[in-house]
Amino acid sequence: MKNNSFEISKGIDWALVGIYLVLVVTGIASIFATTYRDENIISGFLSFKTDYSRQLLYFIISAVLAVFILLTDSKFFTATSNIFYAVGLILLILVFPFHTDVKGTKSIIRFSGFQLQPAELCKVFVNIALAKYLSSLDLNFKKLRSQLIASSLVLVPAVLTILQSETGLALVYFSFFLVMYREGLPSAILVIGFSVAVLVVMTLLIEQNLLAILLSLAALVFIYTAKRQIKRDRSILVLVITIWVVSVGIQRFAVPYFFNNVLKPYQVQRIYATVGKDFQVDTESMSEEDIKKMEDKKKAGNYNVKQSKIAIGSGGFWGKGLMKGTQTRYDFVPEQRTDFIFCTVGEGFGFAGSIVLLGLYLFMLLRIIKMAERQRSTFSRAYAYGVASVFFFHVFINIGMTIGIIPVIGITLPFMSYGGTSLITFSVLLFILIRLDADHQMVIR
Amino acid sequence: MPAFNQSRQNVIKLIFLVAFIILAIRLLFLQLASTQYDLLALDNAVSKKIVYPDRGIIFDRKGRSILENTQTYDLMVNPTQLKGLDTMGICTILKIDMETFRERIIGAIIKNGRYRPSIFESSLSVEAFVQLQENIFRFEPGFFLQERPIRSYPFKAAAHILGYVGEVDSSILKKTNYYYQMGDYMGLSGLERFYEPILMGQRGVRYQIKDNKNRIVGSYEKGLYDSIAIAGRNLRTSIDIDVQVLAERMLKNKLGAIVAIDPRSGGIIAMASGPTYDPNLLTGNQRKNNFSWMLRDTARPLFNRAIKGQYPPGSTVKPTGALIALDEGVITPSFGLGCSGAYHGCRRPIGCTHKTAGHAGNLRVALANSCNSYFSHLYRLAVDNPRLGGTVNGYLKWKQYMNSFGLGVRLGVDLPSEDKGLIVDTSFYNRLYNRSWSSCTNVFLGIGQGEMQATPLQMANMMCIIANKGFYYTPHFVQSIDGQLESDTILNRYKQKHKVTNISNETFEVVQLGMQDVVEQGTGGVARIEGIAVAAKTGTAENYGMIYGKREKLKDHSWFVCFAPRENPTIAVAVIVENAGFGATWAGPMAALVMEKYLRDTLSAARWKEVERIESTEIILPIVKSKRNRLDSLRKEKMRKLQLKATAKHPMDNSPGKKTTAAHYHLSAIKPDNEEQFI
Repeated sequence: MKNNSFEISKGIDWALVGIYLVLVVTGIASIFATTYRDENIISGFLSFKTDYSRQLLYFIISAVLAVFILLTDSKFFTATSNIFYAVGLILLILVFPFHTDVKGTKSIIRFSGFQLQPAELCKVFVNIALAKYLSSLDLNFKKLRSQLIASSLVLVPAVLTILQSETGLALVYFSFFLVMYREGLPSAILVIGFSVAVLVVMTLLIEQNLLAILLSLAALVFIYTAKRQIKRDRSILVLVITIWVVSVGIQRFAVPYFFNNVLKPYQVQRIYATVGKDFQVDTESMSEEDIKKMEDKKKAGNYNVKQSKIAIGSGGFWGKGLMKGTQTRYDFVPEQRTDFIFCTVGEGFGFAGSIVLLGLYLFMLLRIIKMAERQRSTFSRAYAYGVASVFFFHVFINIGMTIGIIPVIGITLPFMSYGGTSLITFSVLLFILIRLDADHQMVIR
Repeated sequence: MPAFNQSRQNVIKLIFLVAFIILAIRLLFLQLASTQYDLLALDNAVSKKIVYPDRGIIFDRKGRSILENTQTYDLMVNPTQLKGLDTMGICTILKIDMETFRERIIGAIIKNGRYRPSIFESSLSVEAFVQLQENIFRFEPGFFLQERPIRSYPFKAAAHILGYVGEVDSSILKKTNYYYQMGDYMGLSGLERFYEPILMGQRGVRYQIKDNKNRIVGSYEKGLYDSIAIAGRNLRTSIDIDVQVLAERMLKNKLGAIVAIDPRSGGIIAMASGPTYDPNLLTGNQRKNNFSWMLRDTARPLFNRAIKGQYPPGSTVKPTGALIALDEGVITPSFGLGCSGAYHGCRRPIGCTHKTAGHAGNLRVALANSCNSYFSHLYRLAVDNPRLGGTVNGYLKWKQYMNSFGLGVRLGVDLPSEDKGLIVDTSFYNRLYNRSWSSCTNVFLGIGQGEMQATPLQMANMMCIIANKGFYYTPHFVQSIDGQLESDTILNRYKQKHKVTNISNETFEVVQLGMQDVVEQGTGGVARIEGIAVAAKTGTAENYGMIYGKREKLKDHSWFVCFAPRENPTIAVAVIVENAGFGATWAGPMAALVMEKYLRDTLSAARWKEVERIESTEIILPIVKSKRNRLDSLRKEKMRKLQLKATAKHPMDNSPGKKTTAAHYHLSAIKPDNEEQFI
């Protein structure tokens, strides 16, 4: 036994574990601060009926799982990655016949009092599978075929998640492209992806025709200034014109098409609301019930962000103190235990507390990257990057959404948001990384 | 090759860093740079609850409370907690049907939201309250009773004086710079309005934390910013409520006013306006209904004729004319005029009721006989006074006298919206007669007709001046405020003595004796009181009205002004009864009864008979009456329909004892007694 426990602790990155504990405790404290209602604290914590005590329970489960993971051989994860991936996909597919409707999502399976959201859990399996694929000995990631296989590994669960009306969770899978980028995906793809994103945002902000004219002017100015080079190499001209055609195509046709036909009206409205605009939905083809639903969702989304901004904004520099936030104490912010948990910190501890929390997350991310780079095996490194990317995406989108710079998409704040699946998923993600890192001298395949 | 793309880690780190910096900058703006969110948060979560103090009580001169507070109860409803409640039970007790029930619940939700309690029925009737109080446990927590103080008038009198309170409207909110809030009550008329700052007390404020559904969850910062409500202060008035009740009784079924003032202090003893109403009608849950019916009544019960009724004073102004002439020195008390039944000083003769020689032999006799010629002449003497140089200056001087006597100006009584009567300026005549007018043009002013109007209060005050031999205090009700402070300057102006003539006491005596003769030998014999010397003057004022768009001469107004005891006056009275003919017929007996009641504190059985005789007589112009009757039958018809509807909806409930339906209650509320009187 003694020998065994010695082995567990060997090579563990205690700093990461420390940050993890701090974040989880802060999360429980925040949930306590928003949901505590003058009941007996001790019995409140032991009953497992209050939200904070349930979160404590989820933490205990996570801790047990973490110990098991630390006891597991690192090679176990590479060996079982394909099986896990398959299990993940099966779970995602099982959701379709067996889901229970909870607050409009179709992504939750309920059994004996517990709820499981495979879309959340599946991130772990995808991450392992992707790492496994990227670390294959015969892989040449410069080939388009390999890039496509890696992409589809990520995108299949994403599509399944979108079909469960969980667009937010699906978007998380796109963060795995950062991993692929690290492992050799051409930079151009990242640049193109970023450019398209900028173009889409510009489409939202600038009137369609004006933007088209601006793009055309930019192309003309470029051609004029690069006259000489173009004379020498005609292909530059072709490239510029191609880019111009694609850009205008995107802003004139692709984005409107996407908004009108792919996204749900309420999602479009939330996106527009973030840039402070109202989106007029063509309601002609909709049934009255759908219109009402849409209006409700729109109102709820706007209300959430407004109340969340009020809560955080009223925190000031030092905040009102834990449990003294009038907004978060009295349920003004909907979903404040789960997606909007950051409000509690923002209101209770103000700018100072928020920055400290952001600092903790940033430190955690940089630490993970540092860990990633010290791995001898590609699997561990890719896995570590996957963890960093998923965490980053969650933190940035979640906090961005509570302070109104990103549309409301329901994804959680890692380690802090209330919810078993979320906490356990992130814990498992992190502790597998810690386990792998303990063997960072080893080459795992 | 594991280290192949190692440099790319820096790109990823950079992406992370930039993203977090964006978040931090946004937080900086949100939390540090903008202040609006603090206010929004406070607005969200802290509710300011006003704690209403009890309004001050108003006492009469003998310390009896004539306006006080009583508790009524509102039935409150929590719309979210109605499931499984015996709603039929509530309906039975309140005698409403399920349809009305549903309507009220929906109304409550619309007005106050689903989570906040709203009033289901305000000011419950005693019967309903008793039943509900016994059974409220059955209806909790969906329904509960909440007490609410309302104003009550134990003597059911002095409606016009005391006034009423009502909910503030948006114009008042603006006018008071939002000192009041929506839903607040404030005095809207009468003393309630005039002494509002004193009566209302100081509101307390309780800050409470509310949650997202606007439910109160506790006090804010442990009550650090709360303030306590301070009860309104009580007012001590000079009203004698017995005299007031008597005056109102006598004005029943008549249009008119009675004002009685203590000349020594200016304190008003009684001020009645007919027709009046039971002020309790404007406190309960039928307030709005009652108010609207009264507004439509052609006899205008809400109109305070004592301070807003403007009438030609007729002969009652003659003593005033004498004072002006004496003060200007154009006559002495021995001045006499030969009158043979008309005044011929101007082109058109002015008729006089007396023809006997010597009936205007001196001032005293002329007053006693109310000689038109004599006082027309006095007016001309005063206006054409050669010392003043010309009619215009003479008239201006005369007007100045009238104004200083309180005629043609607001006296400043402590009631809102007093009217000033009418004494026209020279410009009026200049315009009308193209600047060529003389004392003959408006000689009728000398006998209280023409371009002259006065309120009953002004005439009563005029009596005070004569009773006091040349001075008066501004008439007022409130003598003192309980717990008076240095800063309460509101009563200071009523302590100020206004000396308005420089006539010697002996000369004044002549005027007073002339008026005493009116009672003892002249036209005012009806006002004689055994053992008390009364000085009086009758008046019969010609007046015109618009009837169906035509100016028609109406029956004369009956005026009577007096004071007593003559030697040491303690009460001055002015009475007018609209369109009641000679002053002595109706106004005189009323004034006498008021004085006797006040001076003796009791009335003999014979005198009470007289009160009953006056009370039971109806003097209302046919035109007013017919319109009033039409309105009344309209109202009755509506009541009947309401009642039919109510009984149709409660077919089970036909036991005669229980038949106090809303309609019944309503009817009895409007006409507490004698509801058949106009049919």
